[in-house]
Amino acid sequence: MKKQLFIFIRKEFAHVMRDSKTLLVLFGLPIVQILIFGFALTNEVKNAKIMVVDRAHDVYSQQLIRKIEASRYFEIKTDGISNSNIEENFKAGAIKVALIIPSNFNQNLLHENAAELRIVADASDPNTANTLTNYLSSIIMDFQNEVNIHTTLPYKIIPEIRMLYNPQLKGVHNFVPGVMALVLMLVCVMMTAISIVKEKETGTMEILLVSPFKPILVLISKVIPYLILSLVNVCTILLLSVFVLNLPVNGSLLLLFAESTLFIITCLSIGVFISVKTDSQQTAMLISMMGMMLPTILFSGFMFPIENMPLPLQIVSNIIPSKWYYVIVKSIMIKGLGFSAIWKETLILFFITIILTGISLKSFKIRLA
Amino acid sequence: MPDIVIHTNKLTKRFGNFIAADEITFEVEKGEIFGFLGANGAGKTTAMRMLCGLSAPSSGEATVAGFDVYKQTEQIKMNIGYMSQKFSLYEDLTVLENIYFFGGIYGLNKKDLKSKSEVLLNQLGMHHEAKKLVKTLPLGWKQKLAFSVAILHQPKIVFLDEPTGGVDPVTRRQFWDLIYEAAESGITIFVTTHYMDEAEYCNRISIMVDGKIKALDTPANLKKKYGATNMDEVFFELARGAKRAE
Repeated sequence: MKKQLFIFIRKEFAHVMRDSKTLLVLFGLPIVQILIFGFALTNEVKNAKIMVVDRAHDVYSQQLIRKIEASRYFEIKTDGISNSNIEENFKAGAIKVALIIPSNFNQNLLHENAAELRIVADASDPNTANTLTNYLSSIIMDFQNEVNIHTTLPYKIIPEIRMLYNPQLKGVHNFVPGVMALVLMLVCVMMTAISIVKEKETGTMEILLVSPFKPILVLISKVIPYLILSLVNVCTILLLSVFVLNLPVNGSLLLLFAESTLFIITCLSIGVFISVKTDSQQTAMLISMMGMMLPTILFSGFMFPIENMPLPLQIVSNIIPSKWYYVIVKSIMIKGLGFSAIWKETLILFFITIILTGISLKSFKIRLA
Repeated sequence: MPDIVIHTNKLTKRFGNFIAADEITFEVEKGEIFGFLGANGAGKTTAMRMLCGLSAPSSGEATVAGFDVYKQTEQIKMNIGYMSQKFSLYEDLTVLENIYFFGGIYGLNKKDLKSKSEVLLNQLGMHHEAKKLVKTLPLGWKQKLAFSVAILHQPKIVFLDEPTGGVDPVTRRQFWDLIYEAAESGITIFVTTHYMDEAEYCNRISIMVDGKIKALDTPANLKKKYGATNMDEVFFELARGAKRAE
């Protein structure tokens, strides 16, 4: 039986290697996704137009403005804007954010140890507004720290914002684990489903089932090539992220691969399940795309924070395997945590896998009867 | 006493209230070309699937190549070949790869495969095409190749489910030459077909109507019995009463 299994798996590889479209999806997809997410779809904001209304014109205000100018996040807009009416500038789309320094800025800071600044942001795009005000606050905070060195007054409490694990607030960090989940989901689920349904469509599946080759072995030899190819994909993504995006793997590589294998098996069993329930390649593809890609994008937490969702959706997100995988990869890759920190997520993923594998094996058998 | 390779007794398959195959009873002898006829939905495919060990009967008995269809499906699978109405080779593999793959999953070793594929390619005159992808071959050639692959492991019985659908008359004739050759070498042929001229080629035929076997005899005897000049008339006479239609 071992020899037959080998013959079968070799045949599967021949199918993949001869189909240029499959190859393109298989190996082009992770590269394209990493590059798109890494360079184009970043949620970082660079060179945002800012208007600074300096009513103080003193040493400190100048110092603050220089600091903002020096940051790569902002570009101070001076020409072509109306100084008297800030709102006009927002309406014209000339600026995204405005900083107003009151006339007694220096005085207040020196004598009362507290000064007010006003930040106005264009919140028609709330995400950008949020990001920009955060950037601006941290620059101001920074400035405050510098100023405090020179003051003699002790015990000044300064609120400090620290961006843990990702101090430069690089956008790439949270999308790499997300892309991994997405690519594996797509490759494993869609490819497996399509390759099995294809055999049903062309009639070769019947020949296989009539042969002494056991049905369960048909399944195993169908999924093994995709397991291997998916691990190759994990390698590709990690190499890209380390060498192109400069995002190192902080935790154990072995653990990362072990967890990925678990997730791949989850996806493969979903693929088998879809293939049992459908009869055409198109249907299998649509179901894989709609049923798997969308939940991964929506509920894994890599695009939209789950904490901000309404409770019912938060509950739904728990049954999405990619969510757990995403959390696991993020913990290992970015936070550098070990197994003790992610055993709970692993256990949940493990149970989901067991249940899904059971369901797909059972439906495969029912189909045969 | 002739060698019986397929034997069924009141073999029945129910799907809920629907009786797809209703107490079918027949025997097929070794080396026979047995035609299995019936309109669409008459239950041919269901009966065939039970005999191939693809689906378990609801009741009745049957043995194929001497093995029980309930308990010995593994042994049955070792002893039968199957070719479905869909063309069933891998289009993106070469002729030789297909031969090696299907031979391989039936457990043939490399040496056997080499000699057998040599013989097969000679027989089909496809030496030049051995390394070509199957999808580049004309349909008739594919069909002949599929049949040769189905009997590569020298099964006792080969089941052909409408093997000549969509093939031109000349190729069909050539295909039947292959079937005769196989039958002469002792392989029993169990074939379903829609073409009544093909029914004439069979040693014996059975005609299924609404899940039951309505007639079973040699083509000549059937024509005599129904006072018909050709099989078309026999079939029409029998199938006219059918309640199930597609």
